This record gives sequence, C-alpha cells and structure tokens, in this order.
Amino acid sequence: MILSIVLSYTYMTNTGQVRNMATLKDITIRLKSIKNIQKITKSMKMVAAAKYARAERQLKPARVYGNGAVALYEKAEIKAPEGVANKHLLIGVSSDRGLCGAVHSNVAKAIKAKIATLTGEGKEVMVVNVGDKLRNILQRTHSNYLLLSCKEVGRKPPTFTDASIVATELLNMGFEFDQGAVIYNRFRSVISYKTDEKPIFSIDTVANSENMGIYDDIDADVLRNYQEFALVNIIYFGLKESTTSEQSARMTAMDSASKNASEMIDKLTLTFNRTRQAVITKELIEIISGAAAL
Amino acid sequence: MMAARFLRRSIPVLRQARCYADAPSGSSQMSFTFASPTQVYFKEASVKQVDVPTLTGAFGILPAHVPTLQVLRPGVVTVFNDDGSAAKFFVSSGSITVNADSSVQLLAEEAFPLDQLDVAAAKANLEKAQSEMASASDEAARAEAIVKALE
Repeated sequence: MILSIVLSYTYMTNTGQVRNMATLKDITIRLKSIKNIQKITKSMKMVAAAKYARAERQLKPARVYGNGAVALYEKAEIKAPEGVANKHLLIGVSSDRGLCGAVHSNVAKAIKAKIATLTGEGKEVMVVNVGDKLRNILQRTHSNYLLLSCKEVGRKPPTFTDASIVATELLNMGFEFDQGAVIYNRFRSVISYKTDEKPIFSIDTVANSENMGIYDDIDADVLRNYQEFALVNIIYFGLKESTTSEQSARMTAMDSASKNASEMIDKLTLTFNRTRQAVITKELIEIISGAAAL
Repeated sequence: MMAARFLRRSIPVLRQARCYADAPSGSSQMSFTFASPTQVYFKEASVKQVDVPTLTGAFGILPAHVPTLQVLRPGVVTVFNDDGSAAKFFVSSGSITVNADSSVQLLAEEAFPLDQLDVAAAKANLEKAQSEMASASDEAARAEAIVKALE
C-alpha cells in the first residue's frame, strides 16, 4: 500500500500536477469553515425551535378565532356572482427572511397560478404581498399586479395590530375588489405545511348574496364595520398560520443543513487524516532513501 | 362542496350530516364560540343565553335567535351557562354572528374576564384619560364600562 501511494505521488509530480492534490492547509481551512457553518445552523435551528414553540402556542386560539371569522361565509354560502367581470384581490402572506425551505416559493407559485387562471378568464387581479421575499419573487415577472407590499414581517410574532395595519392600508388604496383570497401556508405538523387559501368578499358581494336575506336587522354601516373586522381577522389568521409554518420549515431546514455539515466534516476529517499520513510517509521515505543513498 | 349538497337537500340550513337525524333538537342548542385573537373563552359550547352590547343597542341572544350580524361596542358581555351561572367579560370591540343553525360566533378584539380587571386602576386610568381629553382612548372606554358595570 505504501508503494502504491509513493508511485501515485511520483506520477503526479512528474506530469506537472495534472490533478491538484489538496494540501493539508487547504483541507484545514475547509474543515474550519464547515465547522463554523455547522455551529451557525445548529444555533439557528434552536432559535427556530423556540420561536416555533411559541408560535404554535399562539396558533391554537388564533385558529378558533379565524375559523369563527370565516364561519359566516361558509354557513351563508356567500359567493360572488359568476360570469361577471369582477375584480379579484389576492393577499399573499409570507415573510422577510429566508432559509426556511420552500415556504415563500410555495405561496408565490400559488399566486402565479391563480393570476394565470383569473387573467385567462378576463378578470382583473391585484396582489397584496406581506413579506419582502414574496415581493422579490413576484417583482420579476408580475410586477404590474402588485398593489401593496409590506415589510418588516417575520422578526417578531405577528399581532392583531399588524393585521389591522395591513387591512387599513389595503382599504385606503381604494381598489374596489369584489372577491379575493388570502393565500398562506397552513400549518399541519412540524414537518408538513400546505399552501391554502381563505376567501374574502367585498361589502357589496356579501350584501347581494342570496342567503343574506335571512340575516335580520343589518344596515350598511353595520355591514361595512363587520366586513372590515372580518378582513382583519382573516389576515391575522393567515399571518399566524404562516409564521408557524415558516418557523417549523426553518427548523427542519437548519436541522438537515447541520446534518449535511456534519457528514461533510466526517468525510473531510477522513481525507485530512489520509493526507496527513501520506505526508508523514513521504517524509519518512525521503529520509530513508536519503540515508540509504549514503 | 359536500356541504352545499347537504344544504340543498335539507331545509332549514343544517350543514353537518350528523345533525340531520336530530333536526328538531338541533336548534334548541346554541353552539357558542367566544374568542379574542389571543385567547379562546368558549369554543362551540352550549350556553343558555348571551347578552351583548352592540352599536345598535344591547340585546340577549338565546338559541334559535333570528340570524343577524352585529358590531360590538365597548361593554360587558354576559354569558349564562346551562347550569345557570353567569360569566362576565369586558370586550373592547368586535363582531357577533348569529347563523341560521343557531351557532353564534363572538369575536372580540380584546376581551377580559371582569375579575381580572382592577377597579381602582381603571378609575385612575379614566381620570387620566379624561384629563388628557382623549376622546376615543382605549383606557377611557375600558375604564368607563368597567366602572359602569361594577357600580
């Protein structure tokens, strides 16, 4: 075995270094940097795990709250009138930070697909996105659909106030939409989430819906307040689910990154040891052959 | 989609198949959900009556109440349980939905059980707010309603 190593080494030096055998120093540098990366991904995983635990705890009441908010739409079966060229509003919920798996791209894919089908049917679509990452993805191809963009999402857990700020700005923009959807990642479990959507309707659509007649004692003011509050509720629900999915995705992503890093460290350590032994052997052979020559 | 099919088959508006068999007793129970963004107080619970303060006036909701949508005013919500006990909560604002199947969703922006609130602190806040002449300040509304309710 030693002979074969010696032969291979001499072969390489004779041909003027066809393949650059990594020196000890190169391997040491690589090893050090990968170890640092592993430390970082491990700590990111722990931070994400802590944030995920908190987000999941806050999600439980938020889910009941959100389901209560859409209960009216489900039970009264409110639908926008079909066939009319109505205006759609899509609210995509995501965040500012990356390294969380496919969270942002899933929402972006769903939004792009919806835009394609809706514009194919001749309807007008506008998009509100919550989160910088989503804006970056959509800006390249669908920038003329972007109505409003929200930043500074994802650093702190979302509150009802955040949702109400988004809703206020959206209503102040003055885009008279007939119906729409909030597109978010619904949290299913630590390892899985699914892109989902919840419907939103405008005041006129709700008022003119057929089943609204059974609801008694409603005037325009009350309905408008109710609708605005419902909009905030649905946005809040989407935000909460989205944060939980994002943190769990980040946790799993960082976990697999740490595992990959430790695999690489193992392989590199073996290569390092082999190289170190080869260097030692080479020096020994030089000494021995030098001594033998005397 | 499935619910729509059930809906067309059954009158009145009873969505779930499992309620189909006991249609007569379905509307004598109220499925009451009371939640704020951060906490759930009642989830599909069966209660006798709920008193709510709304923008158009205060009214009590019993099972088989006519469907309606209302917006809440700052005030006290009283929930009468099936066993007769009453629980009071202070709500700052929100909405209430009574559906045709006698389910009630009370969504409050902020809600606290009354015993969690301190009357003295509330009074101090009220005076502070009044002296600042803040017309729609949260503290004032909160304090006012509590003072009214507890006095």
